[in-house]
Amino acid sequence: MRAVRQALQVARKDLAVELRTKESLNAAGAFAIVILLLFSFAFDPAAEETRAIAGGLLWLVFAFAGALVFNRGFARELPNECLDALLSSQLSSPSLLLGKAITNFVLLLVVEALSLIVFGIFYNMRWWLHFWELAGVFALGTWGISIIGAVFGALTVNLRLRELMLPVLIYPLLIPLLMAAIELTNILLGTGALTADNLLWARVLVVFDIVFTALALALAEVILVN
Amino acid sequence: MREKLVTWLAIIAGLFLAFNLYRIFLVLPDDAMQGPIYRIIYFHVPAAITGFVGYFVALALSVLYLSSGNFKYDSLAASVTEVALIFSCVNIVLGSIWARIIWGIWWTWDARLTSVLISILIYSGYLMLRRAIDEPTQRARLSAALSIFGCLDVVIIWKSIEWFRTQHPAPVLSIRTGGGNIDPAMEHMIYYNLLAFLLLGTALVLVRSRQEGISREIDSLRRMANAVERHIA
Repeated sequence: MRAVRQALQVARKDLAVELRTKESLNAAGAFAIVILLLFSFAFDPAAEETRAIAGGLLWLVFAFAGALVFNRGFARELPNECLDALLSSQLSSPSLLLGKAITNFVLLLVVEALSLIVFGIFYNMRWWLHFWELAGVFALGTWGISIIGAVFGALTVNLRLRELMLPVLIYPLLIPLLMAAIELTNILLGTGALTADNLLWARVLVVFDIVFTALALALAEVILVN
Repeated sequence: MREKLVTWLAIIAGLFLAFNLYRIFLVLPDDAMQGPIYRIIYFHVPAAITGFVGYFVALALSVLYLSSGNFKYDSLAASVTEVALIFSCVNIVLGSIWARIIWGIWWTWDARLTSVLISILIYSGYLMLRRAIDEPTQRARLSAALSIFGCLDVVIIWKSIEWFRTQHPAPVLSIRTGGGNIDPAMEHMIYYNLLAFLLLGTALVLVRSRQEGISREIDSLRRMANAVERHIA
């Protein structure tokens, strides 16, 4: 319980900093809108085929925008040796990692909400018809991206080529999660009917989230020792 | 002692491979449906298995490094991953050549092809990460963490892509099918070549891990020399 409270404190600190500076949100939000705009040139926004791949477009935008958020997560702590201070404080490593993942999760959800509104307008998509199911898929998918983003943000924070290494490492790992999220989003934006076969993908999302959250917390000490 | 072991392993693997090549090309008949191109299976399947065995061995070695802190396991994990990656590349290139002849295309987004490609990308990232970190302890720790994440992800990818789409021929080995899909002489040849590939892989791993150990020693000597130089100055 204490660990969760510590994690929430870390997240509250990060979100307060983000609310003041808005450096990740502005960059990721603007980037997401630009990508959505560029997609409209690559595919005909009114075509039925584009609607069939709408889930893929959305999740690619989220994954790309996510990399910008994750890069800042731990890098924000580098000036003034804040990361060293956090690591030598009483805060446990899993709490710090979990706190960063919660921050990523909240920031990415904000970017997703913004993208969804813009997407609905640009692509004439009525995404609110299955709002709660879609919210569930977004929450599960975003948590998976956020926890992987926090782990690899920590792993690459001291690297020379941090900005380059992060996408190279996280995108291949995120493939099963993105596949499941894309499949479910496509269904919910298209026919909207989730059958027992489709729920297999929901299971992939849940398994991915549980396995990688547990692994991230178990390896937090390894990843975060400075 | 170690050098002798490597030499003998390499000689045995070489002889075994030469014997297998003789059997594959001069003794075993062509396949009734596919003709001579089917012989790729004798290299394609063993390379795939050797690659995946390597990833799981690297996972075990990474866990061993994290629990013991012994750099020997780190060197071995890096070497095994490198060698496994080469076998995965051999697997995918040979599969592509076979697909061009049989399917008429070099590539298709099929379950197994995609999962092998993703595992190649994940472990290429592992090798890139190792090169991006200079400090040996940090490099060993972070790459061990990535190896554990990567291996678990490969398992999830394997299962999830299997549900997604598949065009790849169904498994032929009797340990998967219960028998009847392939002539026993042909199946045994796959196992012989797998053994040769595993021996060759082990020899390569031992050579590579020795190089890793030596480069780490040189690195620590260089650091020590720098520290002494700074101290004198």
